[in-house]
Amino acid sequence: MPSVILNGSGRELPAGATVADAVRVAGAPEDGRGVAVALGGEVVPRGSWSDRELAEGEQIEVLHAVQGG
Amino acid sequence: MSALHIAGREFGSRLIIGTGGFRNLEAVGRAVAASGAEIATVAMRRVDASTGDSLLGVLEEHGCFVLPNTAGCFTARDAVTTARMAREALGTDWVKLEVIGDDRTLLPDAAELVAAAEELVADGFTVLPYTTDDPVLARRLEDAGCAAVMPLGSPIGSGQGILNPYNLRLIVEQAGVPVILDAGIGTASDATLAMEAGCDAVLLASAVSRAEDPAAMAVAMRKAVEAGWEARAAGRIPRRDYGQASSPTEGVAELT
Repeated sequence: MPSVILNGSGRELPAGATVADAVRVAGAPEDGRGVAVALGGEVVPRGSWSDRELAEGEQIEVLHAVQGG
Repeated sequence: MSALHIAGREFGSRLIIGTGGFRNLEAVGRAVAASGAEIATVAMRRVDASTGDSLLGVLEEHGCFVLPNTAGCFTARDAVTTARMAREALGTDWVKLEVIGDDRTLLPDAAELVAAAEELVADGFTVLPYTTDDPVLARRLEDAGCAAVMPLGSPIGSGQGILNPYNLRLIVEQAGVPVILDAGIGTASDATLAMEAGCDAVLLASAVSRAEDPAAMAVAMRKAVEAGWEARAAGRIPRRDYGQASSPTEGVAELT
């Protein structure tokens, strides 16, 4: 049960949870279209989302495009 | 009006619209359509479960080229990571690079900006940096390999227009890449002045998004940019200290 920081909030995820799971928990669309993930400040390419398991205390940012100048 | 060329891409409009500050997506769509803009900027922010409608869908519908920015970043490191996330999310290696140095004026941090530009250019990005109106900094950014330079007229969202037209002219004079006036536009005449000063394009958000009638202001901005560009291309008359009659000075009747 890794406890991670997902978009600034502490979350408990099931054992073996991957980046792909975190993307879903964050509320992103299933296909992850228009979404990007950084783990500890490094971008995780979409192709590795379902392989990359999350470790205790990791910091995940899940971003997408919003209105902005 | 001739086409705008940036990094080998051609755009028919010289007005670039920022999507920030609109009340809703419907307002974004109406203003983008009215502006005729072909490039629209977006920001990268945390996904939250309440996000419903798709901004990208609206921009796609209007045929806009989406230009992500790095707004909200205060260090080169954060800006570089944000640009890489935008590339991953949106499949574009173009970025409006923004590295803010002061949260009250939102003025760019010159040192961090150049460092981020160098790193992103080396990583294959097409970098369009939001910069101050300092001609030396503009040159440094061009030397770093940026595809354009985007000096401010005045602080973001301030609506103060072009505070230093002299510096802007110097930037235009020396630039070997497109110059895009970015930030500070308050009303249509500001956009016209930027184009008359020789800018290749104008990027604005608040002037339209926070206007009482955004779609109507978008029309005004489209016309203002076109008018400024046409006037610049047409060649204005020189300024004179005294009047110069346009009616013939010969053949005037003696009536008294």
